[in-house]
Amino acid sequence: MNIKSGPVAAALAVLAVLFASPVWADFEVNMPRGVTTISREVYGLHMLILWVCVVIGIAVYTAMIVAMIRYRKSRNPTPAKFSHNTTAEVLWTAIPAVILVLMAIPAAESLVRIEDTRDSELTIKITGYQWRWHYDYIDEDVSFFSALARESNAARRRGSGIDPYGVDHYLLDVDNPLVVPVDTKVRLLITAADVVHAWWVPDFAVKKDAIPGFVNESWFQATEEGTFRGQCAELCGMDHGYMPIVVQVVSKEKFDEWLSEQARPALSQAD
Amino acid sequence: MSTTAIDVHAGHRPKGVLPWILRWITTTNHKDIGTLYLVFSLLMFFVGGSMALVVRAELFQPGLQFVDPYFFNQMTTVHALIMIFGMIMPAFAGFANWMVPLMIGAPDMALPRLNNWSFWLLPFATAMLLLTFFLPGGAPAAGWTMYPPLSTQAGASFPFMIFAVHLLGISSIMASINIIVTIMNLRAPGMTLMKMPMFVWTWLITAYLMLLAMPVLAGAVTMLLTDHFFGTSFFRAAGGGDPVMYQHIFWFFGHPEVYIIIMPAFGIISQVIPTFSRKPLFGYAAMVYATASIAFLSAIVWSHHMFTVGMPLAGQLFFMLTTMIIAIPTGVKIFNWTATMWKGSLTFETPMLFAIGFLFLFTLGGFSGLMVAIVPADFQYHDTYFVVAHFHYVLVPGALFGAFAGAYYWLPKWTGHMYDERLGKLHFWLTAIFVNVTFFPQHFLGLAGMPRRIPDYAVQFADFNAISSIGAFGLGLAQLIFVWVIIKCIRGGEKATDRVWEGAEGLEWTVPSPAPHHTFQTPPVVK
Repeated sequence: MNIKSGPVAAALAVLAVLFASPVWADFEVNMPRGVTTISREVYGLHMLILWVCVVIGIAVYTAMIVAMIRYRKSRNPTPAKFSHNTTAEVLWTAIPAVILVLMAIPAAESLVRIEDTRDSELTIKITGYQWRWHYDYIDEDVSFFSALARESNAARRRGSGIDPYGVDHYLLDVDNPLVVPVDTKVRLLITAADVVHAWWVPDFAVKKDAIPGFVNESWFQATEEGTFRGQCAELCGMDHGYMPIVVQVVSKEKFDEWLSEQARPALSQAD
Repeated sequence: MSTTAIDVHAGHRPKGVLPWILRWITTTNHKDIGTLYLVFSLLMFFVGGSMALVVRAELFQPGLQFVDPYFFNQMTTVHALIMIFGMIMPAFAGFANWMVPLMIGAPDMALPRLNNWSFWLLPFATAMLLLTFFLPGGAPAAGWTMYPPLSTQAGASFPFMIFAVHLLGISSIMASINIIVTIMNLRAPGMTLMKMPMFVWTWLITAYLMLLAMPVLAGAVTMLLTDHFFGTSFFRAAGGGDPVMYQHIFWFFGHPEVYIIIMPAFGIISQVIPTFSRKPLFGYAAMVYATASIAFLSAIVWSHHMFTVGMPLAGQLFFMLTTMIIAIPTGVKIFNWTATMWKGSLTFETPMLFAIGFLFLFTLGGFSGLMVAIVPADFQYHDTYFVVAHFHYVLVPGALFGAFAGAYYWLPKWTGHMYDERLGKLHFWLTAIFVNVTFFPQHFLGLAGMPRRIPDYAVQFADFNAISSIGAFGLGLAQLIFVWVIIKCIRGGEKATDRVWEGAEGLEWTVPSPAPHHTFQTPPVVK
């Protein structure tokens, strides 16, 4: 391969800046690393495939560019006549096959871990409605709806006159966030009451369809406290774009406090 | 063939407006029908494109400016349906009608009357689909995938959309039967299957794939229809049905459909690159086998469109591995095209530019395709703009660039005139630049967490959306150049020779340009 080729070096530099520099991470050109072991694993897997693609891409694009420059008619008026090369053909079938196997192994391992919902400490049932989420803390007698926050809901209307930039977390804020304890394996039972929705929080690497008549399972275990945001990821009608998900990961003590507050009937009525 | 002979046979071109209209309505000539398909698909390209521009205008900045969310959903849904069934499939059907008989030395398609019907179903079906905009409840808005139960919440458009899909399916099935029968029975003496031009091969395989896939779609939408009107519960959980079954059936059609859309483009690229490299196609047999393997694999990987649906682990592993395997034959094709250029004698006329654009950008779309095959990562990519970017990279610089390459390549053969090379090159460069401006930032949007099919978005997605929208309008406007090139080429220009391109090989280049109304009344012998 012709390494001194200018465009290739430039492309390498651009890619290196795009995907390696922490500055760019703030501009969100890449997937978040997230706050669960699974999400970091998924991020690692994503970066692995990305780099494999970048390396293969550089090789293939270099070959194409070199062919176009070196074998243009003005430079190479007499074309060669060959139309086969068994060695090359075997190599470019076998090498990709090996690369694919090497990629499939870690992917399959991750997948097995993702599907393992055993030994959870807390179970939450999530039901998708047009167009809000319902959360049900199984065994805790706590349940509530979670819908787009009032400020976003006012600003999103056509001709509302409210600047989206002036609204906190425009379209990504809810009235009642889901609250979960940190470092706890939370099992999710996901279903829907009307049409298909999907519950997605990128920082947990959890995306699962909510389907009427089915109960899907998923789980996450957040290792950091904080507020994490997501959206419905399956077209569910008119207000599909207005079904945000907000999860607050709090310390175990705070969670217990929050839980006892919620369980008081008077307060849950007010919700 | 002498000119007088052509005049005699082209003699039934009547004078007057009504006879002229009747001639186009009743024609059974493969060239006329090819032209009808191509003109229709060009028209639909702008109809579907305008809908995409409504979508991109709305997404130019956060907040709702122009349309309501429900109309936005109608736009995304019908944009997809029109581009797939009204634009790209008819475009390739047009190429098949025009070029398959010319390339295999046949006088016409095997079933000319069926051919007429295949075409004329299209405008009516499409009109029915478009008329739903004026019905109570508006056009379909549940996405082109029509997942129930959402799709059954539709208004009056519902039966119209399903009937339109049925008609489009019937049209495709008849066209594929015609193509298979033509290729199997009307090849010139001496043209064995392994001597057929690559374009004919890819269309043969595509036609079989259509016969496999389209009836499945018909079944799926018929079940939707009976669920909606006759109280059945195929997909209604409340009645014991299974909404996920719809997705399985739909994608058993939908994934082969993806390859139905791209494979004729593979064929065109396999004609164009050798011509402008002045060198035979590298690895012809490997190309045929790769195409056939892709077709086979495409029929067993459907569930990779629905990894988040809650499949068993074994199912996810199977669909991940089979999907990844598709990268191998696809890679073989890319490498073979590159090897065809290697040590060739390359010139860069417009068809070649589009073919090279295809090679670069389709490869990019293939890479993101490999990424979405990895299930754990796909949980993050699924239903985001990353996927929108991925499939637009394979469909626009893939299928559409293939169609453009073919159009410029054969335009002189169709019209008898050379097109304006400078305008063609301008069209290519503007298209190639704006395709990337439009779709590349969408990768970032998806990775950063923007779901697809939303009319409005959080403010952190604003910058890339603005860039993407600017690109989309540039892309749309650049296509007007294409229309101008075609009009100019039909009206006149430098006379095209029989063998238009220096490096062109094949029977289509042995007939005069423009190709006379009837060709190969005496079959040519292929050695």
